[in-house]
Amino acid sequence: MHHLSLYLHFVKLRIRSQMEYRFSFVFDLFSQASIAVIDFFMIALLFNRFKELAGWRLWEVGFLYGMIGVCFAVAEMVGRGFDVFQNSVVRGDFDTILIRPLGTFFQVFSQDFLLRRVGRFSQAFVILLIANSQLTISWSFVKVGYLLVSLVSGTSFFIGLFVIGATSCFWTIQSIEIINIFTNGGVFMGSYPFSIYRRWFRHFFTFIVPLACVNYFPALFLMEKVVPSGVSTLGVYLAPFAGFLFLGITMLFWRWGVLHYQSTGH
Amino acid sequence: MIEVENLSKTFKVYHHRQGFFGSFVNLFSRKHRIVQAVDNVSFSIKRGEVVGYLGPNGAGKSTTLKMLTGILVPTSGRVTVNGYIPHRQRKENAKHIGVVFGQRSHLWFDLPVQESFELLQRIYRIPQVEYNQNVEMFDALLNIGKFFRTPVRQLSLGQRMRADIAAALLHNPEVLFLDEPTIGLDVVAKARIRQFIQQINTERQVTVVLTTHDLDDVEKLCKRVILIDKARLCFDGELAALRRLLSTERILSVDYAETYSDISIPQAHVTYQEGNRVQYRFSPEEISTANLIGAILQRFKIVDISVQEPDIEELIKTVYEDNRALEQRFTETDAIDLTNRNT
Repeated sequence: MHHLSLYLHFVKLRIRSQMEYRFSFVFDLFSQASIAVIDFFMIALLFNRFKELAGWRLWEVGFLYGMIGVCFAVAEMVGRGFDVFQNSVVRGDFDTILIRPLGTFFQVFSQDFLLRRVGRFSQAFVILLIANSQLTISWSFVKVGYLLVSLVSGTSFFIGLFVIGATSCFWTIQSIEIINIFTNGGVFMGSYPFSIYRRWFRHFFTFIVPLACVNYFPALFLMEKVVPSGVSTLGVYLAPFAGFLFLGITMLFWRWGVLHYQSTGH
Repeated sequence: MIEVENLSKTFKVYHHRQGFFGSFVNLFSRKHRIVQAVDNVSFSIKRGEVVGYLGPNGAGKSTTLKMLTGILVPTSGRVTVNGYIPHRQRKENAKHIGVVFGQRSHLWFDLPVQESFELLQRIYRIPQVEYNQNVEMFDALLNIGKFFRTPVRQLSLGQRMRADIAAALLHNPEVLFLDEPTIGLDVVAKARIRQFIQQINTERQVTVVLTTHDLDDVEKLCKRVILIDKARLCFDGELAALRRLLSTERILSVDYAETYSDISIPQAHVTYQEGNRVQYRFSPEEISTANLIGAILQRFKIVDISVQEPDIEELIKTVYEDNRALEQRFTETDAIDLTNRNT
């Protein structure tokens, strides 16, 4: 409870300080939402010409797009501390974190909160709602729960990627840019049905970096689409938990990174 | 309170290749050399002591402090602070210590001082009554009320340091670690901070360990000093003993009103002369400062006169050059080893 109330207090302070620059905040919100709208417009254009992609229609893909967009926006909002962690290592601020009577992961996590991602979030959420109205998903109690778990799992997945990038700073000081391929690239890839990709690629993004588990498989389940051959139904049920597992593993990696920092310093 | 036994810390310093290709190569092959930052240091500090931890740049002061605060893990040796092992019980240890690094603030730079303090109150779970008492006291002693609502990034260096020291003491820690607490401050600000540290020490029995380059800090605050150079401990004892141990030579600078052909004074050596400005080196054991000045005034007309004491860097240099000092502390082999290292 102590941690939760502390976290909420940190968030409150962050939001207030970001609201001080109201114009820049609103401008950012607006520009982000417009870019995102154009983004989806491109997909819509594609479908205007081809009607179908690997058996997926426009609003089915819109559902995928909305899901991954919501997850990424929330991850950027709450996982900001890890996203910009590079700067604090360079400044030597990590020493300050180590002299506080709180866990390092918690402190970096609560360090920042990027409110302006609300723009991206709402755009993705609206697309998700429109997609839902265009599709005939038979919602049940289980499915709503499954969707929520999938969204939280997808968010955990992206935060896990930020954590990997942040942890690498303990060795390289500069965050490895390669992580951006997975974060921004992940959003792009996740916006299309996974069946269009090559086999090794699908396997990599299912078992190593479980992007498909938090987006594609849940969408299959929710829309009751035919499960591709070679994929077990049980696997589809359990897929969303891969996001939590992924975050857990990156947290262990983080712990290892902190130990490395404590034995080498900077 | 603080026990340090055979504490050592070695770092691997990597050779970084430059450029794009270089950084790629760095990932796979990294040449390194081993640097001994702290070498077999032992000491023990009792509750309520104020200890000056001194040494030249790169001697290993900050590394030692980082091991005492749980930031770094020792390569070998033992540390306990308040009975906790800092690197293993980092969070527990953190509740009972206060830390100030003069070079950098531990506060949230975009928040007003007050909000930073309130955050710390939540983090350390400081009861409201205790918090109010402390803020009141720190305001009375450090006058922090004047800038309590100013964001930390807008504070002057002196104000920031006051805020940082107050912040480090909000949770009533038993031990206070100060790394260069007066660096870059003007005389008034320095005096205020010294007075505050002294008061906190006497009123609350807070144990204080401070590193500094400022001999005034040491003289005003520390009864005991620990000297470290080139990663090794080279003196541990009372400041007065250190002074006695060393040939406490002083420098007397005089600006003469006229040019004299013979400016020699018995028991004082001319070390420097330019025009009418002359510097003498003398030892108070041979001739007291008063007698020396008297002797000069008797024979010459002067414009200005001043006496300087050696600063810490010089003191440490003397520790190495003066074998008498070394013999008190080390066995003969160590002493020879140390002097060799110095040359």
